Amino acid sequence: MSERDFSARSSNVSLLHLTKKFRSLDGSGEVTAVSDVNLEIQAGELVTILGPSGCGKTTTLRMIAGFEYPTSGSILIGGRDVAMIPPNKRGLSMVFQSYALFPHLTIYENVAYGLRVQKLPAAEIRERTQRALDLMQLTPMAKRYPSQVSGGQQQRIALARAIVIEPSVLLFDEPLSNLDAKLREYMRDELRKLQKRLGITSLYVTHDQSEAMAISDRVVIMKEGRIQQVGTPREIYAFPQSKFVADFMGKANFIRVNVLGLDGESARIDIEGTQFTVPRAGKAGPGTGPALLVVRPEALRLMPPAADQGRAALRGRIDRFTYFGNIARYEVSTENAPLLIESYNPEASSVFEEGRK
Amino acid sequence: MRENTRLSVAHLVRDPVLLFLVLLVFTGLILFIILPLYKIFAYSITTNEGKLSFQAAWDILRSNAYLQPLKNSMLLGLTTGILATIIGYVFAYALTRVDMPLKGFFKTIATIPIISPPFILSLSMIFLFGRNGLITNKLFGFEDSNVYGMHSLVVVQTISFFPIAYLTLTGTLAKLNPAVEDAALNLGASRARIFRTVTLPLSVPGILSSLLLVFIQSMEDFSNPAVISGNFSTLAVEAYRTITGMYDMRGGSLMALMLLAPTLLAFVLQKYWLSGKSFVTVTGKPTTSRQQSRDPKLVWPLFAFCMLVALTIILFYGTVLVGAFVKIWGINFSFTWAHFKYVMTLGWTPLRNSVILALASTPIAGLLGMIIAFLVVRKEFPGKRAMEFVSMLTFAVPGTVVGIGYILAFNGKPFMWTGSAFLLIMAFTFRNMPVGIESGTSTLIQIDRSIEEASTILGATGAVTFRRISLPMLKQAFFSGLVYSFVRAMTAVSAVIFLISPRWNLATISIFSLFEASKYSDAAAYIVVMIAIIVVAIGVLNLLVGLLGNSGTIASGGSSERA
Repeated sequence: MSERDFSARSSNVSLLHLTKKFRSLDGSGEVTAVSDVNLEIQAGELVTILGPSGCGKTTTLRMIAGFEYPTSGSILIGGRDVAMIPPNKRGLSMVFQSYALFPHLTIYENVAYGLRVQKLPAAEIRERTQRALDLMQLTPMAKRYPSQVSGGQQQRIALARAIVIEPSVLLFDEPLSNLDAKLREYMRDELRKLQKRLGITSLYVTHDQSEAMAISDRVVIMKEGRIQQVGTPREIYAFPQSKFVADFMGKANFIRVNVLGLDGESARIDIEGTQFTVPRAGKAGPGTGPALLVVRPEALRLMPPAADQGRAALRGRIDRFTYFGNIARYEVSTENAPLLIESYNPEASSVFEEGRK
Repeated sequence: MRENTRLSVAHLVRDPVLLFLVLLVFTGLILFIILPLYKIFAYSITTNEGKLSFQAAWDILRSNAYLQPLKNSMLLGLTTGILATIIGYVFAYALTRVDMPLKGFFKTIATIPIISPPFILSLSMIFLFGRNGLITNKLFGFEDSNVYGMHSLVVVQTISFFPIAYLTLTGTLAKLNPAVEDAALNLGASRARIFRTVTLPLSVPGILSSLLLVFIQSMEDFSNPAVISGNFSTLAVEAYRTITGMYDMRGGSLMALMLLAPTLLAFVLQKYWLSGKSFVTVTGKPTTSRQQSRDPKLVWPLFAFCMLVALTIILFYGTVLVGAFVKIWGINFSFTWAHFKYVMTLGWTPLRNSVILALASTPIAGLLGMIIAFLVVRKEFPGKRAMEFVSMLTFAVPGTVVGIGYILAFNGKPFMWTGSAFLLIMAFTFRNMPVGIESGTSTLIQIDRSIEEASTILGATGAVTFRRISLPMLKQAFFSGLVYSFVRAMTAVSAVIFLISPRWNLATISIFSLFEASKYSDAAAYIVVMIAIIVVAIGVLNLLVGLLGNSGTIASGGSSERA
């Protein structure tokens, strides 16, 4: 049995100047939900659109699916412009947030639905449906109805139903948000394994940044209808190009600095009279002069005042200390900005108390 | 705004099936609802020579011959509305708030008047309280009791229409959040005080709704006033008599308009003003935690009341059943099959016609109802609001008005449809869809839209999605639409009395003729046969809809773990 069969039609997707305007709720004006989005998704790649609610990520997904028509711009799937093609002719699949299983059909019939609609020969329908059910470990419950199985199994039915038609692109609309935390992590990893094994071009929409980090080849950060940054999870986290991205992906400290000079991969900066050398983020970074430095909480280390001789350090006072077991979190006030510092495996290093300077 | 209209038009053009359906529904609505109403209106304000004139209308409106029926109809509507609502409220309160025996029995009894053929209660009234009435004459020995008049009409209509009040108010009372009443109880209020300060004020929208709905039904009732009103003339009957007896089409049209105005107003009030004021809290979860009172001082009086209502209904229906088997009511009570033999011979053709036309219109009305509900809830297209309003309008347009409008619109060229089976089927179809639309709409709103989107993206066209996904999920709504259409088609009188022909006579009209000829026991036998047909048909429909798709929990299409 070759699972490659499922991926035979994987295509690349291009969004060109994609824009969508809606009538505002009171009917008076227009709201731009998606604004001039340009994105290239390679065949077999999993790209996640991440952003706060209302950022236009779901609208973008629904335009690719065909449930919304773009106001302007084009959508190319495998080089073909699909903007005017209805959703049922686009050859895509989608996994819905609510799974959208057909409640009156058995699990087998749910999975076979797309093939039956295509009026394929009965033998082929049987064979492919069975293969998808086996792949998702659903065969033992194939005769049951969706309401009679667990949430995780419903999720797998939705996935089986989506891949069995061998879509050119697979769309995910926050598919894990209805699961509890443990199951969500498990399904997330299963989903990524499956996607890689089958090599299906996938676009995944979520507001959960750790989910986006865990499953994506590349992440697209959106805000107010516009793309803020596109990159691998590592690029996005380590080299955010804006304060919004830095703030949205994980926790971040922002320190006002003065850039003294740039030197290849690093920069010399000045914070309140103390000089530091830091790695330089992005080629389009600022020149010399005032700037904002982004420091992740785990990149900072706390030291007693006496231990800082000869090393670049900032002085501050511990306002709050929270102990999580694997992490100790300190909220520290300095003259420049409040800082969040996280120390991993705190029992192996030192634990500091509140009120310390 | 223009942008979106353009987009939805573009959407229509891209989906030819959708475009076809929208055009089809609009054509139907304009032809069979708007055009007849327009014709009545236009006809009333033109002279015989076709000139615009309000003179005739003005003369008529000042004459007492027209004002008296209007006053009578309004008075009857209000009286019946109030009485039916009171009985309905007590019934609904007892069944939702009190722990008492025989609830299932009471619920069943309360639905009987809704699905029963016309004339039956009036017939019982005559059997029980007429000149030879069982109670008036045999029990108390009155020789000259007069059963005809407003008093009888009020009794008959109250029994006929209290189920509407009961169903409306059950909805309101069952859905009021029990936590509100529990909170009052928790604050130390007595049951009586809770009722007065919490339950009653919160059910005011439901009460008004029920008043208006019963008012509409009472105003447009044709069958009861036609046989039992005596000298108390009502609009629906007077319009008919003016046209068929005096050949005064214009006078009849004006009466139709006078009848239409208050029912339309009541309908608009009920639908648009009251619906926004409802206190019903829809949480999607059934409220099972309501604590029901077991206080004997509350339970037994309510039980006695419900029993009294139930026994009255049984008495009325039982009387007709017995009446169908006796030789001459009040004079010779010996058993006979003669009346049934009459129905099976002379009465057979109209009965067969009724069944054929009802069977023909039922699937059309049921399907059209589901299609309109689907279009209105799920699709975007220009004129959507208008479609919704017009398709529900038929609920408020009295049958008499429809009948007159159809004559005016379809008697002449280019249609020439009056008297044809086609026009009767269309009359049934467009009059009987609102229940299907209503239940279809409320079901669809509860079904996650992405279930249909899932079908679409898997490659199904709009038509396939509707047939294989939406319609099976609408099964329950579809069934109630079908049952309602069939029952209403079988029992219709007011609209079809204008549209029948010698070729297409109908059972209800035959019963009416039997009344006119005072052949009451033949009428009783006819009614019993119709009840049997209706009961069998509902059973068969239930079976057919069961075959339509397998079971699965409806409206839980998503995850059961959804927060």
